Amino acid sequence: MIIDVNNLKFSFGSGTLTQPVLNGVNLAIQKGEIVLMTGPSGSGKTTMLTIIGGLRQASNGSVVILGEQLVNSNELAKVKIRRQTGYIFQQHNLLKSLTALQNVCMTLEMYQDLTEHERQDRAQRILAAVGLEDHLHYFPEALSGGQRQRVSIARALAGQPKIILADEPTASLDRQSGHDAVEILKRLAKESNTTILLVTHDYRILNIADRVVELEDGVVKAV
Amino acid sequence: MKIFNLWYFPARLAWRQLIHDKPKLVAATSGVLFACVLVFMQLGFKDSLYTSAASMPLKLDGDLFLIHQQSEALWRTVQFERSELMRALGHPAVTEVAPLYLSLASFKNINTHVKRTLMVYGFDPDMELLNVNSLKELKYPLRIKDTVVFDELSRPEFGPVGELIQSGQDRTEVNDYKVKIIGLFQLGISFAADGNLVASDLNFMRIFPEREINKIDIGVVRLQPGASVQQVQSELREHLNEFVKVYSYEQIRDHERRYWENVAPIGFIFDFGTVMGLVVGMVIVYQILFTEITNYRFEFATLKAMGYEHHYFIRVVFSSALILAILGFIPGLLLSNSLYDLAESQIFLPMTMTLNKIITVFAFILLMCIVAGFLAIHRLKSANPADMF
Ligand SMILES: Nc1ncnc2c1ncn2[C@@H]1O[C@H](COP(=O)(O)OP(=O)(O)O)[C@@H](O)[C@H]1O
Ligand SMILES: [Mg+2]
Repeated sequence: MIIDVNNLKFSFGSGTLTQPVLNGVNLAIQKGEIVLMTGPSGSGKTTMLTIIGGLRQASNGSVVILGEQLVNSNELAKVKIRRQTGYIFQQHNLLKSLTALQNVCMTLEMYQDLTEHERQDRAQRILAAVGLEDHLHYFPEALSGGQRQRVSIARALAGQPKIILADEPTASLDRQSGHDAVEILKRLAKESNTTILLVTHDYRILNIADRVVELEDGVVKAV
Repeated sequence: MKIFNLWYFPARLAWRQLIHDKPKLVAATSGVLFACVLVFMQLGFKDSLYTSAASMPLKLDGDLFLIHQQSEALWRTVQFERSELMRALGHPAVTEVAPLYLSLASFKNINTHVKRTLMVYGFDPDMELLNVNSLKELKYPLRIKDTVVFDELSRPEFGPVGELIQSGQDRTEVNDYKVKIIGLFQLGISFAADGNLVASDLNFMRIFPEREINKIDIGVVRLQPGASVQQVQSELREHLNEFVKVYSYEQIRDHERRYWENVAPIGFIFDFGTVMGLVVGMVIVYQILFTEITNYRFEFATLKAMGYEHHYFIRVVFSSALILAILGFIPGLLLSNSLYDLAESQIFLPMTMTLNKIITVFAFILLMCIVAGFLAIHRLKSANPADMF
C-alpha cells in the first residue's frame, strides 16, 4: 500500500470555533493506481491532499505514506515524504523568474548526487516528453496556461516520485489543454508505475482514472 | 562539493530572482550605493582630518618633544617656561634644544583685504625645526626683520600668494602687524588651521607683542646619534618638572591624533555620520528583502511543498543580501573615488582611497546587509505551504 489513510479526523480552529472538515476518512491506494477524488467545494479535498503530501500536520487517526506515519510526525518525516511526492497545483505555481528548464531543475537540485549536466539533460528529456522541447528557455509568463501546467507536470515528475498529488490541475485550463495535460500525466505515470491521487471537479477527465472516490460530509465514499 | 552546493543553489536562485526585475534591482542597489558613498565620505573626511592634523608633528625634526601636560592639541597649547627646556641640556646625551612658538593669527588677503585665521610657527631659523627643504633654503632671509614664509598648500582664500609675491606684491598684515612674505614652503592644512606661516622666533614676538620669549609652546630636543631615545626620555621625565610631558616623535603624533579622535567632538560627528549612513542603508536593504520575501512567499511555499527545507530559504535571503551588498558596493566605490578626487581638487583636503578603507567600508556594508537579512528572515515564516494551496 502506497497511501493508507485510516480514520483520519481533522478540524480547523479550536474551542467553539472548531470546524470539523475530515470526520474519519479511510482511503487506501496501491502502487501504480490512478485515483480521482471528487466532491463539493469546501468538502476538504485540498485539506486531505496537504495532509497526505506532508504539508499539514494531522493529529488524529493514521496516515501512512510510503510506510511513514505522518500523524503526529516531525518535520523530518514530512520533508522525506515531500521529496518523494510530486505536487501539481491548481495554479501551476511555477517560479516566475526561472525558465521552464530551470523550473524543472529545481526538483533535481535537491538531489546532491547529480551534476549540472545530468540535471539539465534529465529536465530536457522530461520537458520533451510533455511536448515542450521547443520551449525550454521560456519564462512562465511567455507560456500559455496549458504549457505552464505541462511544465508543472514535468517538474513534479522529474524527481521520479513514488506519488503524484494533483489538486484540480485542469481547473484553470480550457477543455482541450486540460485534457491533453491529464493525458500526458497519465501516460508518464503509467510508464513509471507512479501512483496518482488527483482531486478534480472536472467530470470530463474521469475517464483517465482506475478508480473514482468522492469526499462528502468528511468521509470518502466509492463512486 | 556538498558544502558548495549548499550555498551555490540558493545563491543562484537569489541571483535569478533579483535580475528578473531589473528596475527593482537598480532601485535596490542604489540604496546600498547610497550608504556606501556616505560611509566612504565620512571615513574619507575623518581620515583626512587625522592626517592633516598630524601634518605638522610629522614634519617636526627632533628626537624628543616637551609640552605642557595641559596642552590638548598643538593648536591650543598651554605655554611653559623656557628654562624647563634648558634644563634638558644638562643631560649628557642631549646635543641641542630649541623652543617652538605657536599661535593662531589673522592673515590679510593681499587682494581682497579679507582676514582669515592661520597658524604661525616661530622658531630660530638656524634650528630648522620643520623638515621642509624650501624652508631650510630660506633660513638666512628669514632672520631679516618682519619677514615670513607662507605655506603654499594653504586654502586658496588667502589669495594667490605665490603669484603675488612674484609680481612684487609681498606685503600684508598678520595679526595687524605689517610683514613681508619672502617665499613659500609646503606643510598642508588641518582642520585646526586653513593655512600656515613661518617666522623667526624674533619676528614671532614682533607679530605677537603679548607673547614672551620665555614662554614656549613646544620644546624640541635633539640627541646624540646612537643615544637611546627611550632611556633619555625616562631620565628627562625624572629631572624635569612634572607638568612637562616628554614625548617621543611617535607619541607627539599620536597625542595630536587622539585629540581629534577623542576630545574633539568632530571625531564623533564623523562616527555618527558613518553609523547613520549604515542605518539608512540597512533600513533600505531590509525593506527590499522584506518585499522580496513577501512577493516570493508563494514561490517559497511551492518549493517547501517540493521538499526544500527552511534553511534553504534563509540562504536565499542572505545570498540576496550579499548580492545587493556587492552590486551596490562596486559602483559605490567608483563614485566615492571620483568624489575623493573632487574633494581634493575643490576643498584641498587630502582624500586618498586606500585598500584599508575599501576593506573597511566593504566590511561595514556586508555587516549592514547581513543585519538586514537577519531582520528580514522572520518574514519567511509566512511562507507556510499548507495555508497557500
Ligand atoms: N487554513 C484554513 N483555516 C481555516 N479553515 C480552512 C482553512 N483551509 C480550509 N478551510 C476550511 O476547510 C474547509 C475545507 O476546505 P478545502 O480543503 O480547501 O476544501 P476543498 O478543497 O474541497 O474545496 C472549508 O470549509 C474551508 O473554509
Ligand atoms: Mg481545494
